[in-house]
Amino acid sequence: MRNEQAAQLIFELSKPGRRGAHLPANDVSERSLAELLPGEHAADAPPPLPELAEPDVVRHFTNLSTKNMSVDTHFYPLGSCTMKYNAKRNERIAALPGLANLHPYQHEDTLQGLLQLLWELQGMLCEISGLDAVSLQPAAGAHGELTALMVAAAYFRDRAESTGEPKRTKVLTPDSSHGTNPASAAVAGFEAVTVRSTPQGFVDLDDLRAKLDRQTAVFMITNPNTLGLFDRQVREIADLVHEQGGLLYLDGANMNAILGIARPGDFGADMMHFNPHKTFSGPHGGGGPGAGPIAVRAALEPYLPSPVVEKDGDRYRLAFNRPKSIGRVRSFFGNTGVLVRAYCYLRTHGPDGLRRVSENAVLNANYLLAKVKDRLSVPHGDRCMHEFVASAAKVKAQRGVSAMDIAKRLLDFGFHAPTVYFPLVVKEAMMIEPTETESKETLDAFAEALLWILDEPAETLHAAPHSTPISRPDEVRAARSAVVKWSAAV
Amino acid sequence: MPYTFNTPEDQREMLSAIGVDSIERLFDGVPSEMRLGRPLDLPPAMGELELTDHLSRLAARNSPAGEKVCFLGGGSYDHFVPAAVDHLAGRAEFYTSYTPYQPEVSQGNLQAMFEYQTLITQLTGMDVSNASLYDGGSAVVEAALMAISATGRHGKIVVLGSVHPEYRDILDTYLLPLGVEVVTIDAPQGAADVADVAKAIDDRTACVIVQQPNFFGAYEAVDEIGRAAHGAGALFVVSVDPISLGLLKRPGEYGADIVVAEGQSLGTPMLYGGPYLGIMACRDTFVRRMPGRIAGETVDRQGRRCWVLTLQTREQHIRREKATSNICTNQGLFALRAAIYLSLMGPHGLREVAELCLRKTHYAAERLAAVDGLSLAFDRPTFKEFVVRCEGGNVEAMLAAATDDGFHAGVPLGRWYPQLEDCFLVAVTEKRTRDDIDRLAACLKSQTRTLATAHA
Repeated sequence: MRNEQAAQLIFELSKPGRRGAHLPANDVSERSLAELLPGEHAADAPPPLPELAEPDVVRHFTNLSTKNMSVDTHFYPLGSCTMKYNAKRNERIAALPGLANLHPYQHEDTLQGLLQLLWELQGMLCEISGLDAVSLQPAAGAHGELTALMVAAAYFRDRAESTGEPKRTKVLTPDSSHGTNPASAAVAGFEAVTVRSTPQGFVDLDDLRAKLDRQTAVFMITNPNTLGLFDRQVREIADLVHEQGGLLYLDGANMNAILGIARPGDFGADMMHFNPHKTFSGPHGGGGPGAGPIAVRAALEPYLPSPVVEKDGDRYRLAFNRPKSIGRVRSFFGNTGVLVRAYCYLRTHGPDGLRRVSENAVLNANYLLAKVKDRLSVPHGDRCMHEFVASAAKVKAQRGVSAMDIAKRLLDFGFHAPTVYFPLVVKEAMMIEPTETESKETLDAFAEALLWILDEPAETLHAAPHSTPISRPDEVRAARSAVVKWSAAV
Repeated sequence: MPYTFNTPEDQREMLSAIGVDSIERLFDGVPSEMRLGRPLDLPPAMGELELTDHLSRLAARNSPAGEKVCFLGGGSYDHFVPAAVDHLAGRAEFYTSYTPYQPEVSQGNLQAMFEYQTLITQLTGMDVSNASLYDGGSAVVEAALMAISATGRHGKIVVLGSVHPEYRDILDTYLLPLGVEVVTIDAPQGAADVADVAKAIDDRTACVIVQQPNFFGAYEAVDEIGRAAHGAGALFVVSVDPISLGLLKRPGEYGADIVVAEGQSLGTPMLYGGPYLGIMACRDTFVRRMPGRIAGETVDRQGRRCWVLTLQTREQHIRREKATSNICTNQGLFALRAAIYLSLMGPHGLREVAELCLRKTHYAAERLAAVDGLSLAFDRPTFKEFVVRCEGGNVEAMLAAATDDGFHAGVPLGRWYPQLEDCFLVAVTEKRTRDDIDRLAACLKSQTRTLATAHA
């Protein structure tokens, strides 16, 4: 039985005079507020927030939570998002007062344990990436991309001053890339140029050659790419980019496939970002927080944001005096809480464990691929890395059933849907990433549901989902009317 | 390998279904010359017990607020976090879910986002809020980029020197390479002079950025500055302390076009700087230029009210290089925390928090100013922070000594303001008691005496 009160908004539960918090009594002066606060800045009344008792608030948000699917409750094969298990030990550790209640400006002497952790994390990310230096400051993957492009821009500006070479104005991205890649290029002031993919899903080298020139600053590659394939040409791509004096950027969204197996620095990347909330299991938080540490080659290190953590004898310190640094991209140190969990994850796994993470992620994805490929076409081959992209194009042509229909119907079977309609280069795309923290039984059950759904009447699928708290919402109406806040009924 | 399932038998069965004889073969796509031919050089694996011990030892080498009495501010504050916030945000259905791409199974997150957006508009007096950005600092630069695109003025922005210095650093990092001039108006007396601000604004100016209360805890003449900005066709961007809005006029009432804030104060621990919550709200006119996710109301096929991500044509996954920003993830969990915090506090609770901060700050300012060798740097009323000058003293040495005595006493300002080399910033939240403040005053008194003796 559903608690219908939970469908109400917190504002509709409000009743004047209710209180959810009681503050301590004032223990200092009783002077009038007018003496303490200049009248011109004082509000006439406090903001019109809702008024609720604590049990109201607790029941409301608890009931809301039950309307979500989550990793702890459901299989969540959302491609590209690496929805793996979030270890409870990491949550308890990150909440230790000695980690959670630290102020960003307290003195370094009172932070030696945390600075050691962060310094060690910098080193571990260097080792995993095969690169030389790390900045932990960016707050998300897309923020890491942008930061790295700013670092590249600063590097080229600096070089142009000594060599007089013309300004590099372009960033190249494959058409299969995440939307953040070209968007980051635009925010960093570059022209974003799209490079085609081959029918096999790899970078089209002819198109790349045609578009690469001395104005190219960076080529951004995702490898394994968004089709779940490792692009074997990456070395050659790196050589082509380097011949033109450009830099190769690796979008690290798919690192879960290659931990301890191949390192971006070894296959030619000059810079990359990590997504610790994906690869190193930071909880996704209903849409964040993430973090987006970047790793770069030594030549780019001077341009990284400040501060970085340095070790001086047996003391750890924040290095601010870095004259070539691009400056700051975020206030304070960064998303430390996410970084602490990443550190815990890396220390839990060690070198063998990390490699086995990738082995099992790739095993699980290939197993699922093998189970479904006879019925649902997978246009880019029989093998994949940690994820694969199936296409419902044929089903759509034959029976009018779209990737969206299948995705919605999966919800009825108790599975979160894969990522659909991405990458854009596959029609009716369904991007499936099981991760290593799922059992064969779960994968079997998912495959069985998927195949069952393909045999269901089209009408059943068009009308799906049938058993979720709501049916399909009218998104067009949402965008047209743009009701983005609650208002009291007039 | 604590979080994987596959037994050797599972693996055999799975490999056989795939049609290969070893896991190694699954990596055939990665050319051997690109393989790492050795194990990663990382420390060995630890079990849960060892890991917990190790991290507890690292944590013990830090001195958190609670172990020391915290008077640090500057954008991150030791406010009280009610237990219900931790408890509710700690529900796995919230924190182990992701962006609500499937609204049918994400109504919990979507409704919470919609409630958060509404609460932020109530708090700020603005028309619309997004569902959060990374932090208060990057929110400022996103506001500047929004203003540049809304006005079509790519020439310059004007920012007060009393805006958080790190936020200004971020503005420089993003905007200078794009050729945007960032004009900073100094605030030598603790707040900017309106005439100086007005003089700097011209028809090339995309926006004027003010922080209220400012970095020194003092009030800016927001009415006049807003009018000056609008007079020249520039947008008026205000960065606020959300707690202060329990008492202060809401920026919507004094003409702000875009309001941003660091939302950490609303139910998030200090976490050494993050993850935090970037708040952004604006006037209706600018909603389609706003970065980040937005939840909107609609109905399902049965006509039931529900919520979805909306206005997505602004966003990178649709528009790629033409998007309003590159932002993908937000800070959903911290927006949720803020929504829970504000729901618990309500108008009167928030007002009481603000009032306690104000009263205790004034009390602390009086007590510290009464210490020989210390004085208030500026003769201005402030909200929950103030600047203390240590006459002829060595601020770093005094603060270090205070740390030994059990206080995180203040943030030295010389790093950002050379003319305030002998000053530090003190913040007082509702958590500090009269006794904490009296003991801080006594501690600093003994320090100034010792330092004075050392000088003599």
